[in-house]
Amino acid sequence: MIIGIPADIEDMNGPVGGSFGRSPYYFIYDQEKKTGYFVQNTAATAQGGAGVKAAQILVDQKAEVVISPQLGENAAMVLRDAKIELYKSEDGSLMDNVLLFKDGKLGQLNDIHEGFHRH
Amino acid sequence: MKIAVLSGKGGTGKTFVSANLSRVIDNSTYLDCDVEEPNGHLFLKGPVLETNPVALPIPVIDDQLCDGCKKCVDFCQFNALAYTGKRVLVFDKICHSCGGCEIICPQNAIKEIPREIGRIEKRSYEDTTLYTGMLNTGEESGTAIIDELLQKVSEEDTVVIDCPPGSSCVVMDSIKDADYCVLVAEPSIFGAHNLKMVHELVSLFKKPMGIVLNKTLGDENPSEDYCREKGLNILLRIPWSDELGRYNAEGMIAVEQKDEYRDMFRDLLNGIIEEVSI
Repeated sequence: MIIGIPADIEDMNGPVGGSFGRSPYYFIYDQEKKTGYFVQNTAATAQGGAGVKAAQILVDQKAEVVISPQLGENAAMVLRDAKIELYKSEDGSLMDNVLLFKDGKLGQLNDIHEGFHRH
Repeated sequence: MKIAVLSGKGGTGKTFVSANLSRVIDNSTYLDCDVEEPNGHLFLKGPVLETNPVALPIPVIDDQLCDGCKKCVDFCQFNALAYTGKRVLVFDKICHSCGGCEIICPQNAIKEIPREIGRIEKRSYEDTTLYTGMLNTGEESGTAIIDELLQKVSEEDTVVIDCPPGSSCVVMDSIKDADYCVLVAEPSIFGAHNLKMVHELVSLFKKPMGIVLNKTLGDENPSEDYCREKGLNILLRIPWSDELGRYNAEGMIAVEQKDEYRDMFRDLLNGIIEEVSI
């Protein structure tokens, strides 16, 4: 499984990013290869449609699982259409969450908000 | 001549000023550009004579023709498209209807089709013609409706444009064709702050403008202080009045109730005409 998690800093021991669409990085972790790397979230500074663009980045990274504290409805639509599984992050680092997921200890992400988009 | 009536916040009296001003002009046209909550028709009452839907072109993707090249996704500056591995998703409300994706698609898999976002209603009240823009609930931007409203009038018409509150895109759109802007302000610190916002906006557009101080109380008025500080022309002071409040609440037009109000708004109109002709 390839896992994607929003991140505020490029450190796998750092915290999970507070926002899905607006966090500056994504931590991409490959469970089979046991390696992780960071990609920049080019949607973080988008004026609009950040959730859609951010979700596209994770689709392009071939993520099969996304772990996030919350998610906007547009991003959720893209991720679900790409058959990506959505889990809610817990307190702790990015790697802590990878391990929690591995142990089946993360719950499904169900609280999808309407987005923060304003015109 | 086109006179735009605007204010930095709701409830200052834009519609009150617009409705009364339109009724001291012969054969006036009233454009209600406050498309999220239009209310001019509560004063200028009349049956709807015409309804025109307003639609925006939105891309529709033929999944059979799409080969997943993602050129449209990369092209879209508004992030309205996403490719999920099997198909392209279109986010209608993010789309700005630029048409770029249709042009750029090498497979000709994208066609634009109209999606209704609201409507324009035409009414007639005495010798005033009223066009009301109405944005459907849940839509994000009414600029397309305002653009169509502005197409309803010709150069010879004398037009009152009732603008949306604030200083966002829809307000800019509403004043772009105006010959003169009337800024309505309340006598409070909040009112003065909102007056400053619209004053700065109208200044950017280099439009001539004048101020109506509404609901004045006879004592301190931060909005009046702001006008003095910036050298703004105060066209009219409308004192706080239970009577005017009652007329408003009952959807009555003050200039039709009492000569003193008719004289007040005639003076306002003459003041505007004088300014525009300079």
